[in-house]
Amino acid sequence: MTEQQAMLSPLTILDKIKENNVTHVIYLPDSETNHLFIAMEEDPNIEVITVGREAETMAIAAGVIVGGKIPVCLVQNTGMMESGDSIRGLGLDCNLPIVMIIGYRGWTRWGITPDSAARLTEPTLNAWGIQYYLVEHDGDADRITLAFQTAAATQKPVAVLVGDEYHGFNRMNLDEERKIIKEG
Amino acid sequence: MINNDDLMAEIKKFRGKAIAIPTMTGSRGWLDSSEQPSRDVSVGGAMGKASNFAMGLALAQPDTKVVCFDGDGSLNMNLGTMMTIAGAKPKNLIHFVLNNGYFSVTGGQPIAAADEANFSQMAAGAGYAASYEFDNIEDFAGKVEEIFTAEGPIFVHIHSVPEIQNEPIGRRTRDPRNRSTNDAIKDLRKELGTL
Repeated sequence: MTEQQAMLSPLTILDKIKENNVTHVIYLPDSETNHLFIAMEEDPNIEVITVGREAETMAIAAGVIVGGKIPVCLVQNTGMMESGDSIRGLGLDCNLPIVMIIGYRGWTRWGITPDSAARLTEPTLNAWGIQYYLVEHDGDADRITLAFQTAAATQKPVAVLVGDEYHGFNRMNLDEERKIIKEG
Repeated sequence: MINNDDLMAEIKKFRGKAIAIPTMTGSRGWLDSSEQPSRDVSVGGAMGKASNFAMGLALAQPDTKVVCFDGDGSLNMNLGTMMTIAGAKPKNLIHFVLNNGYFSVTGGQPIAAADEANFSQMAAGAGYAASYEFDNIEDFAGKVEEIFTAEGPIFVHIHSVPEIQNEPIGRRTRDPRNRSTNDAIKDLRKELGTL
């Protein structure tokens, strides 16, 4: 598999968000997600809500779910840790199927992980009892749908860890990528 | 200073079918007077996040008025919510803060900068569609209809009378009207047909 084929495209993430009928994407930007932000902003069917701090995303998502729409939270793992009380108090205690797509900052697939943000991500999710799925490249994208299905079935928050170690969200120009997709 | 019961009595006149999201001090005052408990959700579990929850609900139910009763300590925990709300522009959201200067439910410790900060100026600066401030019930009673009919997001800063609780939580008797957030959410979802 070439490096390019192993990428995780922002358009793939967007397709999965749309496939799961998401109405509201609630997010705080990080350095890896700008192209996804641009793609979402261009989509008229998705309302993009930017917050000031990650813990707001889960509380807003809780309100969106109660109001009958489908949200997804998009934050980095550092922000997930900042959000503990929102995840606990609304997501877990109130049985709300909040799907969180989480940038797995610092993650490496060879096991040496200098970044504590990465080292503590999965132990934190395990401590909270939150199921999660790892997505590394486009071939894993169906796990995003699986996350939505799991959240609906369990009525609990579920995480998708985006472990693209090369930060592929920003590696390619969106127009170039659309051209490649169009040309097969 | 405005007494909570007087404030809620004025608001009830214009509530209609609005959904109410109180927290902390706002929960006590509102739940004592609400006649539509299935449309009330007291958000106590995620500290400082009642206004975010209310905003999400307002965006998902754009034809329904949503009223949040925030506390001053709660809002101080999450001041960024003001810019989030101003940015998302939910036209149907009214965001009250009941400012008595104290953490009322923990024994009455003063909140940071209680004498210096001004929430209504912050909200105006953040970009709410309108921001009000009241320290007497007569002035509020004269404006409450305007507040409930104007296009939001609207912010209302109420200088309220402190009602300090100084009993450890484990010894307090839970008012049956103050259901858990989980139970209140279930009831609201049934009411809205979103369960």
